[in-house]
Amino acid sequence: MKGRITYDDVVLATVKVIRKAQTCLPSDVIAALERAYEKEESETARSQLGAILKNIEIAGGKSVPMCQDTGILVFFIEIGRSLILDFDLEGAIIEGVRRATVEVPLRPNAVSPLSRKNSGDNTGNGLPDINYTFVEGKKLTIMVAPKGAGSENMSTLHMFNPTEVSKIREFVLETVLKAGGMPCPPIVVGIGIGGSFDKAARLAKQALLMDMNDMNNFELELLKDINTLGIGTMGMGGSITALAVHVKQAYCHTASLPVAVNIQCWANRHAKITLGGNNEHL
Amino acid sequence: MSTYELFTPLEKEDIRKLQVGDVVYLNGIIYTARDEAHAHILELDEKKEKLPFDLEGMAIYHCGPLMVKEEDKWKAVAAGPTTSARMSSMTPKMLERHNVRALIGKGGMPGMADILKDRCVYLAYTGGCAALAAESIKRILSVHWLQLGMPEAIWVLEVEHFGPLVVGIDAHGQDLYEKVRECALTRFYQLR
Repeated sequence: MKGRITYDDVVLATVKVIRKAQTCLPSDVIAALERAYEKEESETARSQLGAILKNIEIAGGKSVPMCQDTGILVFFIEIGRSLILDFDLEGAIIEGVRRATVEVPLRPNAVSPLSRKNSGDNTGNGLPDINYTFVEGKKLTIMVAPKGAGSENMSTLHMFNPTEVSKIREFVLETVLKAGGMPCPPIVVGIGIGGSFDKAARLAKQALLMDMNDMNNFELELLKDINTLGIGTMGMGGSITALAVHVKQAYCHTASLPVAVNIQCWANRHAKITLGGNNEHL
Repeated sequence: MSTYELFTPLEKEDIRKLQVGDVVYLNGIIYTARDEAHAHILELDEKKEKLPFDLEGMAIYHCGPLMVKEEDKWKAVAAGPTTSARMSSMTPKMLERHNVRALIGKGGMPGMADILKDRCVYLAYTGGCAALAAESIKRILSVHWLQLGMPEAIWVLEVEHFGPLVVGIDAHGQDLYEKVRECALTRFYQLR
């Protein structure tokens, strides 16, 4: 790529990054699943983990989506401060989603919330969900995280009193307990603490994108407790219920303590592509 | 833990031999149906209208597949299971009126063991394994109610060696998920 980034560049990059996310898991996620398969002792859970690893291989090999729930598409866009973007960036991403729906293909998942009418192309008022941040430099990075409903539906948010910090652990455990086998364990647990009602939820979602091999002591302790529950792969028992736990924090009002728990299935799909700087990186 | 190769339509004897934890591979015809399809079946039943398909001895697959049309023929791209618990409230009526012998899905169906007893089993397909599932779908025989949307329509699938399916709830009142849940609840109270 030479010169300025164009509308068409963004459309093509969006299709490409969606295909990558739907067909190939990030290496840290695959490594975590392989470790789980090695460590798990329950025969039933191992048969399920074996099917998951086989499924990942087929999806990658045939370049087809690993799960039929290709999710709603959540984008995290990083815009270099020195970039000149003299076109409709949002429009280009939306067009990319429409094309990916046909080309990858994706299941049409976007419906109007009350009439339940399906738009047919994974777009609609508010979808895809696009988040922008500014960074140094002159590159444009498009990250997509397709989010399926099975795990999203098991997520929770609670506005705690500021004196209830010690109750956070129980709240997380209760969320995982109630979810049981429904969110397709082994899960990844993203926790957002602080911010505001809506910001806590956004932090929880972003926590899902963190490197699964890199957890701090608080996160490791939570992971140990979650796995003690014994829910196991697909809720049929076993020693591994979660692969990773990540926490993101933000300052909040002195009178509040928002806590959000975003549950992610084993298919922790996300991919990114960078445009600008004379090349394109997927 | 035994492994069985079963063929639809299923007889009562086929499912009576199954115990929770057993592994099943299915062959023959299965019907996808999720939220809207269940609601529509019950609506037609309520009006005493005939369904455009026969569920006798059949397996219902809780699945909203991703299909493509190639030269006028539908093909399954990805067809893994969806969360079965969403269908729990509609399942008792469905089983009252139709002799469905197997429900296939993921995550289990809390409180359904008594309803399923002596007439139906719940088989768990590994959640998210949609590419793997599509491999064992040999043909799409027909599609009903496509106006409900691709995921919500009823797809009639011919499958071969479809699995591994784990018996999650058997026809004897046993529920594998319930046992795991009880144990998890005990541990939760200990950890709290």
